Amino acid sequence: MSSLLKLSQVEAYIQQFHILHDISFEVPKGEVTVLLGRNGAGKTTTLRTIMGLNPVSKGSINFKDEEITNLKPHLIANKGIGYVPEDQGIFEDLTVGENLRVAMKREDKETTERLEWILDLFPDLKKFWKKPGGQLSGGQKQMLAISRAYVNENDLLLIDEPSKGLAPIVVEKVMETILQMKEKTTILLVEQNFMMASKIGDRFYIIDDGQTVHHGQMGELKEDKVLMKKYLGVS
Amino acid sequence: MDLIVSLTVNGLATGMLIFLLAAGLTLIFGLMSVLNFAHGGLFIWGAYAGVSIYAVTDSFLLAIILAIITGLVLGLITERLIIRPVYGNHIQQILITLGFMLVLQELIKVVFGPDQKAVYPPAWLEGSFQMGDVILIKYRLFIIAIGFLLFLIIFLILKKTRIGLIVRAGVMNREMVQTLGINIRFVFMAVFMVGAALAALSGVLHAPYSGVIYAEMGLEFSILAFIVVVIGGMGSFTGSLLAAILVGLAQAYMAYYVPALSLAVNMLIMTVVLIFRPQGLFKVKG
Repeated sequence: MSSLLKLSQVEAYIQQFHILHDISFEVPKGEVTVLLGRNGAGKTTTLRTIMGLNPVSKGSINFKDEEITNLKPHLIANKGIGYVPEDQGIFEDLTVGENLRVAMKREDKETTERLEWILDLFPDLKKFWKKPGGQLSGGQKQMLAISRAYVNENDLLLIDEPSKGLAPIVVEKVMETILQMKEKTTILLVEQNFMMASKIGDRFYIIDDGQTVHHGQMGELKEDKVLMKKYLGVS
Repeated sequence: MDLIVSLTVNGLATGMLIFLLAAGLTLIFGLMSVLNFAHGGLFIWGAYAGVSIYAVTDSFLLAIILAIITGLVLGLITERLIIRPVYGNHIQQILITLGFMLVLQELIKVVFGPDQKAVYPPAWLEGSFQMGDVILIKYRLFIIAIGFLLFLIIFLILKKTRIGLIVRAGVMNREMVQTLGINIRFVFMAVFMVGAALAALSGVLHAPYSGVIYAEMGLEFSILAFIVVVIGGMGSFTGSLLAAILVGLAQAYMAYYVPALSLAVNMLIMTVVLIFRPQGLFKVKG
């Protein structure tokens, strides 16, 4: 299967701190690739670096066989990458409808159909269409953030910890949604919740201390208790 | 009663002039976290450029148009040459924009001469309306009307158009806006230029209102604009209008009833707001 995104020996700093030391991985088209690792391992920084929000100091990032290393974030986004940040990035004073409208690059038939598909998936967004984003519950905000990244025809979605801070029942809903989106797009997911990651993911990469240390098919990881305990603290 | 109406009209007119200056300032701060102390320089350049063409052509409409163009051009130059190299560093922003403010102020003296210039309203805005005992000065009503009209236009652009939506979203979370594929630097440059044009417009409208223009008035007026931005809430456009009206009215009433406190009253309002509502009257949520 061809790879949509490829990171080769990427290094990055946040101010003077060397956060990413050697990140290399590939995201195959049509699959869900999960980045796993403990808190502070560098997963979120990896997504931010792909999006151009952190500069790459060494290495390269290729998307659809084109180098996107250190391009400006808006240019990277316009190449077909949608991003759902860890804090969801909801515009709190804008209504649900405005949050989606600001993301829509076009208002053509295709985009409208995608929007309708989203609203069928998340009826709450339709119900609270005129409500400010800041007044939504945590789960609704997450659904809005995912919808906003999905409303344009992106080839790849970067989703950062969608289950963070959500009640188990909401996590189920988010998981179902990502599974449905998986049919239509490629996803790179950062997730601490191993149960969720193992149900959604096709393959995994483990990041530890800013380096990719292991990778494989998700099924293999479930069987490797030693690896899970060592890097993920899951026993 | 006539005194109250007269003071209120005075206060509203002053408030509108401050609002035009503060509107750009608050959006610039909210969108890119830039403290632009050179804003007052754009105000005086608008005033001098407009008044110069007004003196030659006797057309106040041309004066307004030239002031706006001056603001747009100076806004572009300021953003590209002065602000862009110091994004993200407030200390450097304060130093360089304050320095540029002084350069703009001194350049006024070089280009237009050091003397004050007297300015009169155009013939069609001279005089007053009389309603019973109340005398309403035409030019002040004109300023109030222009201020409200511009507020309404910008408010509708911010609320109803996609570009307005992008600006409002950018004020809340500019990083997120970029990841949606929007060139926030370009948006900022456009907002900066519009803000500069509003400052220049405020300058040219202020000229016949005060009757005289001088190079130092930019700094004096921009201090009022900063007070308004703090009171209204940094980044809040509507907050700026209400704060500007509050400051304008407070100044007008105090100047009549307690003249010794007319300058201090704005500082007093700002202090009270900062104590009880440090985020300003209208908080912009991220």
